[in-house]
Amino acid sequence: MQSGSKIDLLNDHTRAEIDHWVARFPEERKRSALLQSLVAAQHQNQGFLTNDLMDAVAEYLGLAPIHVYEVASFYSMFETKPVARHNVAICTNICCMLMGSGSIVEHVEDKFGIKIGESTEDGRIYLKCEEECLAACAGGPMMQVDHVYHENLTPQKVDEILDALE
Amino acid sequence: MSDNIKVTINGQEIETQPGRLLIDVADENDIVIPRFCYHKRLSVAASCRMCLVEVERAPKPMPACATQCMDGMVVQTRSQKAIAAQKATMEFLLINHPLDCPICDQGGECELQDVAMGFGDGVSRYTEQKRVVMDKNIGPLIATDFTRCIHCTRCVRFGDEIAGMPELGATGRGEHMEIGTYIEKSIVSELSGNVIDICPVGALTARPSRYTARPWELTRHAGVSAHDCVGSNTWVHTRHNDVIRVVPRENESINESWISDRDRFSYTAIKSEQRLTQPLMRENGDLKPVDWETALNAAAAKLNEAGGSVATLVSPQATLEEHYLAQKLTRALGSSNIDHRLTQVDFSAQQNAPVMPWLGRSLASLETLDAALIVAGSLRYQQPMLSHRLRKAVLKNNAAISSIGHVAGQYNFDMHSELAGSASRVIHDLASIASALAGVSGKALSPRLAKVTADCEVSDQHRAIASSLAKAANVAIIVGTDALPNPQLALLQELCEAIAVAAEATLGYLSVSANSAGACLAGALPHRAAAGVAVDAPGENAGEILSARHKVLLTFAANPLLDAPEAGSLADNNDSIIAISSFDNDFIRRQADLVLPLAAVVESSGSYVNVEGLWQSFNGCVHSRGESRQGWKILAALGQVLCPDEFTYSDSLAVRNELKTLCSDVELHNLCGIQSKAGGLPQADGKIEKVGCSPIYACDDMTRLSAPLQKTPLMQLQSAVIMNRQMAEDAKLLGCDQVQVTQDKGTAVLPLHIDEGVPAGCAWVPSGVDAVRDLSAAYGKIKLEKVS
Repeated sequence: MQSGSKIDLLNDHTRAEIDHWVARFPEERKRSALLQSLVAAQHQNQGFLTNDLMDAVAEYLGLAPIHVYEVASFYSMFETKPVARHNVAICTNICCMLMGSGSIVEHVEDKFGIKIGESTEDGRIYLKCEEECLAACAGGPMMQVDHVYHENLTPQKVDEILDALE
Repeated sequence: MSDNIKVTINGQEIETQPGRLLIDVADENDIVIPRFCYHKRLSVAASCRMCLVEVERAPKPMPACATQCMDGMVVQTRSQKAIAAQKATMEFLLINHPLDCPICDQGGECELQDVAMGFGDGVSRYTEQKRVVMDKNIGPLIATDFTRCIHCTRCVRFGDEIAGMPELGATGRGEHMEIGTYIEKSIVSELSGNVIDICPVGALTARPSRYTARPWELTRHAGVSAHDCVGSNTWVHTRHNDVIRVVPRENESINESWISDRDRFSYTAIKSEQRLTQPLMRENGDLKPVDWETALNAAAAKLNEAGGSVATLVSPQATLEEHYLAQKLTRALGSSNIDHRLTQVDFSAQQNAPVMPWLGRSLASLETLDAALIVAGSLRYQQPMLSHRLRKAVLKNNAAISSIGHVAGQYNFDMHSELAGSASRVIHDLASIASALAGVSGKALSPRLAKVTADCEVSDQHRAIASSLAKAANVAIIVGTDALPNPQLALLQELCEAIAVAAEATLGYLSVSANSAGACLAGALPHRAAAGVAVDAPGENAGEILSARHKVLLTFAANPLLDAPEAGSLADNNDSIIAISSFDNDFIRRQADLVLPLAAVVESSGSYVNVEGLWQSFNGCVHSRGESRQGWKILAALGQVLCPDEFTYSDSLAVRNELKTLCSDVELHNLCGIQSKAGGLPQADGKIEKVGCSPIYACDDMTRLSAPLQKTPLMQLQSAVIMNRQMAEDAKLLGCDQVQVTQDKGTAVLPLHIDEGVPAGCAWVPSGVDAVRDLSAAYGKIKLEKVS
């Protein structure tokens, strides 16, 4: 016995995006479109998912909500708690680590007074805890800011990039 | 078979079929392979790696649960390589497992404990910090301790595959992975308790019995569950004279390895404060305790004096022996006023009704169906394990299952088609399907039915259902227990017979509670004695018993105020009421003159006849509480006082055997050529019609008094007025928390829920719960108002 529908939370753009991905898979395999659907839903909500949004995606795709929660909480590209609007992910995997990503992280943490995994109080910068190698080893140390790669980082270069963010 | 293959496990040559799983073949040959994630009724996850074995010519150890047998395969489960792999897995699994066995409920029956003893190392090398996972509140039935979880995902797969309701999941990743519901939520599934059994560790344990006993202190007794007609097999675990818990007893042809939550947790009621533990007699308006001798003599005197003016209502939950003795006693007094059909309203076709209404096939055969039509039943909440068989038919066989009932959208499998409506709408829909089917199958309706159904409208949906039934080979028409309160039951049965004949389907009637099938065989009917033998002068049926006046009304385990929808009319009609009951209730407090305390379900020996016609006997598992006595003993004692020669039974088995002999010639038929007296189809009744049945945990006193079951979300949901949004809006009730229901002269106040499954023109109102005691028939016109 269902409670109220949350499907209206998805905006037209998100729905169009989901429909686009659903169409790529066999009709009874809507679950395959879940990853991209969550990307779209997260995008419409300034970079993070809420429980209600995940429920809306579940409803739209005809899935059990728990199946959506599982995927959203597994992949590091989904944020399930509110975060600041600019997503800054410094790669700390082995190559970047050898090239000195530790000092970059330290610099950024000092600069904003927050730790990795936290957001600044003004809601501007979120230091994402990147779980995996971002596959730009030749340019390490590197970071990804809002889907854009920045390579061969130095503290000065990082300052320039981050200060330029709104 | 010629295409058999040979595998060798630990030097033992075994013949098997290609493609079978190594672990299954080993199990069949008593070769022990340790495992956690593998479960024979769940899909293969191969995630725990505990079942690693050495396979010759394979470069590394293989998981036996995910390795298929191939010809000539040579497997070692205890070689050095295999043992090393198992040991390493065990060490890995124990890294984050707490050493809290002394305070863990699973201790003593824990698979992790057992496998660690058998396959692990004696010493742990791990000195780092262990992870801690916060416990979650997932409802009143299941206690969680997720720090103990080893992520086998059996519970998750159970939700997906068996319960058909994914609620638990594995969220997070790596070291942060947790089993849970992610959001704060109670588990809703009606089969949820089974995750307690399949959890190999103490992460999921039974909440009602938590911290009360150790597994090695328990004695197990074979039981049969008492709340639906499936007759699921159980083990009742007791310590000293105390029922600690109930778990499933595997029976492939009935309940497989599962039981419903209702069967698992209802035992909690036997310790409730409302248990009657001594005989009571009314004196100056109050019920006062008396001794058994006084009570029995008083009861016998009242019955003797009343003679033919005795009426007896027996709960369909009573045992076969109790039904038989109750009717024997009533008839010995010269009365045939005995009935167990407490919810039935239309008795017009009782003379032609089947001797014992039954499923018409075996429970296991439901899995092989190609198509089925469920008529007036909410099987998922009324017979959960039977609904599970139908779900398997859909999953395995792609069966086309349709339903004509009162609420849509209840099932956890894909329905071919669903129609929902009021009591009269159900008859209309049946008529439409019968006439559509006559067209498809070429088998014309009887002239009588053709006339009755002449002006029914046949929609495309009716035609689709009809053709799904006509073209399938293995078809069942299943009439649920919501049909019984239908004022047009006879016409409903007549139409179902016609549909079954035209579709060449088996016709099945689901019986109410555990033993209404047995009640019919035992003769707890006004028009038939034991073994279905017709009596010359039929007595009063349940409806008449409730409204007529008698010198003595004897109730056996029945609570007419809640068990019989029309009991509002049970005014002070009778000179005297003798109640034999396990539980105190309003009916007893207000009306009974003499109360004889009855042993509760697990305390009594007896038999139930399930919906397949299977007689299942059981013994009492504990002594009956206080001075309460087993029903057959009470009835036999009364009988011995009243007619000394006819009630000389030494045990319940003697009663059973007497009845069994009488029933030796009974043949079961459901197609009885029932003819209703209806001249046409019924008219809709009122603007808003009541539909509804007892909620899942209000089907008898025992479930009503089980505190954990009452707290479940399912029970909360069903203890409400439920309407679809449009209906609620039209009735100006949208947004109301509470609504007042008025039916005839009675009113009830209930919360309001919105559910699109309830059809237009109807409101779902539960029966069998205290709040609706003053309402009357299960179906009919009602008025709904906002509570200000």
